[in-house]
Amino acid sequence: MKKIKCALIGSGNIGTDLIYKVKRSPVLEPVWMVGIDAASEGLARARDMGLKTTADGVDGLLPHVLDDGIQIAFDATSAYVHAENSRKLNELGVMMIDLTPAAIGPLCVPPVNLREHADKAEMNVNMISCAGQATIPIVNAVARVQSVDYAEIVATLASKSIGPGTRMNLDEFTYTTSNAIVQVGGARRGKAIAIINPAEPPLIMRNTINCMTDDAPDQARIIDSVLAMIAEVQKYVPGYRLVNGPVFDGKRVSVFMEVAGLGDYLPKYAGNLDIMTAAACRTAEMFAEEILAGTLQLKATEAA
Amino acid sequence: MSSPSSLKGRKVMLHDMCLRDGMHAKREQISVEQMVKVATALDDAGVPMIQVTHGGGLGGNSLQHGFALASNEDYLKAVAPKMKQAKISVLLIPGMGTMRDLQSAYDCGARSVHVATHCTEADTSPQHIAFARKLGMDATGFLMMAHLNDPQGLAQQGKLMESYGAQTIYITDSAGYMLPADVTDRVAALRAVLKPETEIGFHGHHNLGMGVANSIAAIEAGARRIDGSAAGLGAGAGNTPLEVFAAVCERMGIETGVDLFKLMDVAEDIIVPMMDHLVRVDRESLTLGYAGVYSTFVLPAKRAAARFGVPARDILVELGRKKMIGGQEDMIEDTAMTMAKERGLLKDVARTT
Repeated sequence: MKKIKCALIGSGNIGTDLIYKVKRSPVLEPVWMVGIDAASEGLARARDMGLKTTADGVDGLLPHVLDDGIQIAFDATSAYVHAENSRKLNELGVMMIDLTPAAIGPLCVPPVNLREHADKAEMNVNMISCAGQATIPIVNAVARVQSVDYAEIVATLASKSIGPGTRMNLDEFTYTTSNAIVQVGGARRGKAIAIINPAEPPLIMRNTINCMTDDAPDQARIIDSVLAMIAEVQKYVPGYRLVNGPVFDGKRVSVFMEVAGLGDYLPKYAGNLDIMTAAACRTAEMFAEEILAGTLQLKATEAA
Repeated sequence: MSSPSSLKGRKVMLHDMCLRDGMHAKREQISVEQMVKVATALDDAGVPMIQVTHGGGLGGNSLQHGFALASNEDYLKAVAPKMKQAKISVLLIPGMGTMRDLQSAYDCGARSVHVATHCTEADTSPQHIAFARKLGMDATGFLMMAHLNDPQGLAQQGKLMESYGAQTIYITDSAGYMLPADVTDRVAALRAVLKPETEIGFHGHHNLGMGVANSIAAIEAGARRIDGSAAGLGAGAGNTPLEVFAAVCERMGIETGVDLFKLMDVAEDIIVPMMDHLVRVDRESLTLGYAGVYSTFVLPAKRAAARFGVPARDILVELGRKKMIGGQEDMIEDTAMTMAKERGLLKDVARTT
């Protein structure tokens, strides 16, 4: 069966984990890994796994895009370089899946709004953040039952699973996630809090979702909606698990989740890494299925 | 141990925490008027630094940490212009507070900031420390739960914060777990690696009754700044009681510049009457100090205990065993529910359709 060829940009934790997931996909094939340091471990590992590599950033990839038939690129670099990467690749008709907090394209949480983005043939979709992927499905599960005035999430991440990029840019993580709680989750106001815990052995990623409903919560319908949503996420993240709740305190609805990863590149505690790459991969697959079926044609954006 | 006389003439800067750490003990319910009254009295007593924010700092207003009676901006705007000599500081924990919040606090009169991270995660603070310096603020790197890192490890974390621009590095005994020798070792390790002009501070909690002794140990080892709060108003068994500490300093010849009797009056006449509960070493706060648990956990643990029927002490000990750190208040409710299920007091939810 024909597969859609992909480039992975950024050879850190996320880019490396993506290699495993994209390789397993029935419709995607990883072809290029793009880095900026010729001596990096990430590039060496990608070469060992059979990918072509360049250490010259996206500019090193551009001459090969058409020859190698690259149609989808995953960007796991930083918010600061994503816009340029996206512009250059969109001009060549490559669709971008943005795993940085840049968020220049629409925000995507697969079980909530992926279908919508595929139907619009978006050329750039943003995956928000690991905390966003882990919590926004739950916010939406409550908000689709009744209106939510305020949703607040707390993501606790194992210190070993957090790379230097996220550490240096925690504010961007906070802003992007808070915004997505509103835009995608459907709450009127949103707030995100991140905690990095260094416990040994490392803690599995934890997420607490609190929603304040406008009216008294319809407990039975909220419980059903949340459990149904969890089953949807489990289709691409099997380790997405309800620990406690939904529990109700006045108008406050609280849900306590745990996310264990598949242990592809980082160990299972790094569910944050897994849910991000799995969501990105699921998103790429939806676009790839449409391309293969002939129902979607990627169009190069015009050079500015 | 050096003799008391060796500290004679040593200058130490006191930093009051009543209106920030004390917010925890008041469930964030201190009014703007009370803030102005307390800060004005502390200013008049010559306390040079006063921290004013939500207990969780900038960005702290949340379901996770409670909603204060007013915004941080409203508190700062009311307090800062009234100060004759004291500088107003704020707390910022990256992951919750942001640079936008810091800019806003600066615009409202804050001129000093504690940028706080867990004691092993200093590298989440470079943006915020650098931004504070850019604003011209007095910038402190505040290493929380410092008992969970060894002296050398803590010194390396302090060195990182210094490299981002922090002018002072604090050892923060958030659990009130440390004993004087722990403090001495950590201050000495920091002093050995930091630049001579970088100051060291100590922030204590009184859960084992060691706030004053630990602060003196810090000074002996080279610390120049000490956090405390009048009448000890703060999380857990409170902070180092500032008036007690000031009295000990005076006896030892350590120069703080504060008026001891005025400070004693602030504690007795203003702070104590404000307390919802007597801030002291009670069973739960002693558990924090004994088990090394974050001090702000005590009140939410008592609430979870009432809600789910699991004793607060059991919840706190379990949180310590699970190595929960500052800011993880959500895990109190979660842990209480998990324990309640194990004890047959609570069931999992089930679908109705």
